Amino acid sequence: MALSWLLLILLALAVIGYFAGRSRALASADGDARALHSLPSYYGYNVALTALIPALGILIIWLLAQPLIVENTVSGMIPDTAISEGSDRGLVMSEVRRVAYGLDGAIASGLLSEAQARNADADVQALTQSLKDAGQVLTQDISKPILLAAQKYRGITSTGSIAMQMAVLIVALVGAALAYIRTHKEFRARNVVEQGILALLLLAASIAILTTVGIVLSMLFETMNFFQLHSWKDFFLGSTWAPNFRGGSELSILPLLWGTLYISLVALLVAVPVGLFAAIYLSEYATGATRSIAKPLLEILAGIPTIVYGLFALLTVGPALVSLFGDGGALGLGWMASSNAVLTAGLVMGIMLIPFVSSLSDDIINAVPQSMRDGSLGLGATKSETVRQVVLPAALPGIVGAILLAASRAIGETMIVVMAAGAIAKFSGNPFEAMTTITTRIVSQLTGDTDFASPETLVAFALGLTLFIITLGLNIFALYIVRKYREQYE
Amino acid sequence: MNDMTRVERTVDSKAIKIAANDVQVHYGDTHAIKDVNVEIEDKTVTAFIGPSGCGKSTFLRCLNRMNDTIDICRVTGDILLDGEDIYDKRVDPVQLRAKVGMVFQKPNPFPKSIYDNVAYGPRIHGLAKNKAELDELVEKSLRRGAIWDEVKDRLDAPGTGLSGGQQQRLCIARAVATEPEVLLMDEPCSALDPIATAQVEELIDDLRKRYSVVIVTHSMQQAARVSQKTAFFHLGNLVEFGETGQIFTNPEDPRTESYITGRIG
Amino acid sequence: MTDISQTPDTTPVAKPKGSLFDKDARTKRRNAAEGRFKLYGIAAIGIGLLMLVVLVTKIVTAGTGAFQQSFLELSVELKEDKLDKKGNRNIEDIKKVSTFGYAPLISAALEAEVQKLGIQTDLKPKGMGKILSKATQADLRNYVIANPDEIGNTVSFRFLVNSRVDGYMKGRVTRESIANDKSISVPQLDLVDQLRDAGVLYKTFNPDFIFGSDASDQRPEAAGIGVSMLGSLFMMLVVLALALPIGVAASIYLEEFAPQNRLTDIIEVNISNLAAVPSIVFGILGLAVFINYMHLPTSAPLVGGLVLTLMTLPTIIISTRASLKAVPPSIRDAALGVGASKMQSVFHHVLPLAAPGILTGTIIGLAQALGETAPLLLIGMVGFIASNPPDGIVAGFLSPNSAMPAQIYEWSKRADPAFYERAWGGIIILLIFLVTMNTIAVILRRRFERRW
Repeated sequence: MALSWLLLILLALAVIGYFAGRSRALASADGDARALHSLPSYYGYNVALTALIPALGILIIWLLAQPLIVENTVSGMIPDTAISEGSDRGLVMSEVRRVAYGLDGAIASGLLSEAQARNADADVQALTQSLKDAGQVLTQDISKPILLAAQKYRGITSTGSIAMQMAVLIVALVGAALAYIRTHKEFRARNVVEQGILALLLLAASIAILTTVGIVLSMLFETMNFFQLHSWKDFFLGSTWAPNFRGGSELSILPLLWGTLYISLVALLVAVPVGLFAAIYLSEYATGATRSIAKPLLEILAGIPTIVYGLFALLTVGPALVSLFGDGGALGLGWMASSNAVLTAGLVMGIMLIPFVSSLSDDIINAVPQSMRDGSLGLGATKSETVRQVVLPAALPGIVGAILLAASRAIGETMIVVMAAGAIAKFSGNPFEAMTTITTRIVSQLTGDTDFASPETLVAFALGLTLFIITLGLNIFALYIVRKYREQYE
Repeated sequence: MNDMTRVERTVDSKAIKIAANDVQVHYGDTHAIKDVNVEIEDKTVTAFIGPSGCGKSTFLRCLNRMNDTIDICRVTGDILLDGEDIYDKRVDPVQLRAKVGMVFQKPNPFPKSIYDNVAYGPRIHGLAKNKAELDELVEKSLRRGAIWDEVKDRLDAPGTGLSGGQQQRLCIARAVATEPEVLLMDEPCSALDPIATAQVEELIDDLRKRYSVVIVTHSMQQAARVSQKTAFFHLGNLVEFGETGQIFTNPEDPRTESYITGRIG
Repeated sequence: MTDISQTPDTTPVAKPKGSLFDKDARTKRRNAAEGRFKLYGIAAIGIGLLMLVVLVTKIVTAGTGAFQQSFLELSVELKEDKLDKKGNRNIEDIKKVSTFGYAPLISAALEAEVQKLGIQTDLKPKGMGKILSKATQADLRNYVIANPDEIGNTVSFRFLVNSRVDGYMKGRVTRESIANDKSISVPQLDLVDQLRDAGVLYKTFNPDFIFGSDASDQRPEAAGIGVSMLGSLFMMLVVLALALPIGVAASIYLEEFAPQNRLTDIIEVNISNLAAVPSIVFGILGLAVFINYMHLPTSAPLVGGLVLTLMTLPTIIISTRASLKAVPPSIRDAALGVGASKMQSVFHHVLPLAAPGILTGTIIGLAQALGETAPLLLIGMVGFIASNPPDGIVAGFLSPNSAMPAQIYEWSKRADPAFYERAWGGIIILLIFLVTMNTIAVILRRRFERRW
């Protein structure tokens, strides 16, 4: 029975429960709705929700937990001898999974019967062949232990699914029955339903936490796997990034971090002065009309998807820079070999960040009390003196916070650097050279054919976790500064 | 009404520092100040009183063109400082404000050290040739602001860390440091407690020896205590202007009397 | 006050300064600095706006070409002995003729046209055929399969030409630029010139770019964004169906019911931080949880939608909370005052009043999700050639597809510069969607904005 059927049955049960509960409540009050504690529909909702929610809860938990349990059980039955030299349990398990899916696929396409697939004494070679005939992807010939494990895997999975369906239906039925029995005109249906809805609301709010936990856990586990395969010293302290899918890779984050920070620095050198001056002009000088036109226009830049900036960098800014600084370029300098360069990515990222810096700074400058400006102007200071010597120093913490937020954006930006920064990891101070960043490497290590048991793939999770921690740290720090700053003037 | 103020004016004997003729102020469509004529003397404390929203602060802010910072504000008529029209095209409000200092309702020290707060004006106007001169100027101003003894040991402490009354005296010292000829004070004591108010009032009386002081206040008692001349504003009109004693004891206009006796305002 | 009385200040009164009408040198200098400072501000805004103008101009100039395509109109004889040997118009038999079977028909048609127009060329038929797209045979085959009755007739058919010829027609490719190009030669361009002058080779609006499917990297002239647009649509449906209810529920809880406690604090801090987590991290989450752990299908819009949901949730929660906060407490008090429960007051009164604001926030969140690319790279929505539209709703969610920004990225990576034009054109379409969504949001806000 497919999942969609189970869901449909649950839904039907809820609808039936609603009407049953409603009419039972009305019946208990002899059809006089005024004699009920709550509105009749609340009795209906009570039955429907009691049937639906625990059942759905069990369904979700089961769906999440089953793969883990199956994995552990099956993994435990693979003998150490079945794990060949240079391989590990994870690799073998992915092979087991492939075989299990292969068997499913072969049965679905009618090349194998259920009995054949279950036969533990089956001829391994023949089975491999028939799976290949069925178009299933196998990386190697099936060995006996793997076949057994795969059969076990299938067995537990299908038993688990049946058990799950039973459990979910029973819980739903029992829930509906209990709620139905309790339905009586004295029953405080509204209070119960509202408690239930409140719990659902809380659950929705907790998804934010679940997401964070999911992010951290998903990356943490794979990162731990990575550090079992690869030395942490090389990752944190090495100096070379040279992934090699035949093994012996050097995977150090430091050159990537350098590239990331360098490009972010170039971006901030563009975005901060331009954004800050734009914010100063808009908040201190511009008339209402100018402000109402220029501000939304600038903010359009923030709404443009990063893929557009990436393409702009790749096809417009890069070639333009090469024609200026490249070999035979307009300036005759010959500094730039390819349009992929730190400068290209940094400039375009800077443009992208201008509205980010300007609108944050604008808010912050506007939070400086007018009395401060009056004090300075009243002493005969010009506007620019007031801005430079009074407003900006007063707004400094807030502006620093805004710059940190912009820096965190720049560090986590992906598309522009993927398209325009290049793929060469190195320590260099030359902005005309191509360099690579953490985000670029995450993308390149995780796209295409990936093997989740090799350090070259798993390193992406370690990079992702580092990126997450860096940006999170910057954000928390920046938000803290900005909040402190705002409190000061409130 | 204008006749009356002209009559009062004959009483004074000191030099006229600021003369306003037919001043009108519009805020967008609102006519905030109507036809005000007033002459402010040197070395005198002139108080502007009146109910809230009567235009006294608006008029005060015209005297050093602080209203220029508000886009929708329009000022017409003449305001002469030592006979020169301050709304003349050739006048730079920056230079004007150096001559006509201002102290605001709420103490607004800059988020800098006490020293830098006072040195701010002299620095931007280039009043001190060197550090020693600046030190001297800061000390002199802080003394004139009657706060030197309280802060002389902590000139590097932030000005925002002082108490409200101290902050306001610091702001007065800051305004004095640019060596102005006129000091405008916009309800300088409204945010202060009674003791701090008394200190500032004493200071204002002392400042009169050197400057022409114009103070806006919502407290009639304060006006009576510190000023020699008083102007009563009502609904954007200058109702009555004259010797403080006379305004408070024998007002000529019934509106002034109503205000003084607490029937309006 | 003691210092005044104890140390009488003997400094003379400030000496009268010069006339107000004379600006001293220092004032002039300061005013010049003021002018410069103001100029920096104007320059900064100018730079920002200039970049916007450059960007938009570039997009429009580089992208509009994608909406036009060059076609060669030929009369093709659909010979029965080649296409339907049994002559019974059985569709299964017709399908057995592969695209190779159509090649001679097209070649013959081109040759005949050249002869008919009296064009002189040294090219052999094979060389002439190279000006046509590699997609022509499949196009013709699809046409025949759709219209089997036309077999035996001579039909006039619009053939796509090669991307180089198309580029030549659009001015992207010139005779000089093809010096080292093996795909096209000068004699072929001469032929193109003559065919164009004869009016059979022409540029026209190309609906296939907007509604069609992606093509392999040999056939840029046949590539369209339609299928990936469907992919984006299905993703947006997932985002809307999940992010809106969850976001609203979470906001209601946090704004109306949450007690002031540790858990609430943690949730709030979490949401504001999630809003700033790099989007690529959500891609890693999607890969690890939805694909590797839950074994959902790779490249499926469902997975893309789930990832984008998690990514947009904080945005939606933040804006929904703002609009709930804007509903004055008096409304809640009024409902509570007539005996409604807290829950009823929220669902019956506060929520409807906040609805326009919530909708605005949701649309802006959707627009953000629509333009997002980075997380899609990791769940396999790039590198996939979206060549067939999904057949049905379930397939729309579950079968592999691309999405508009992913398709644009894919095109930008391909070697043939003809794809760049496609990429810019794709951006125009993407931006049209985004501008429309944002305009709706702005109109909603203006229309229903209420000052309490």
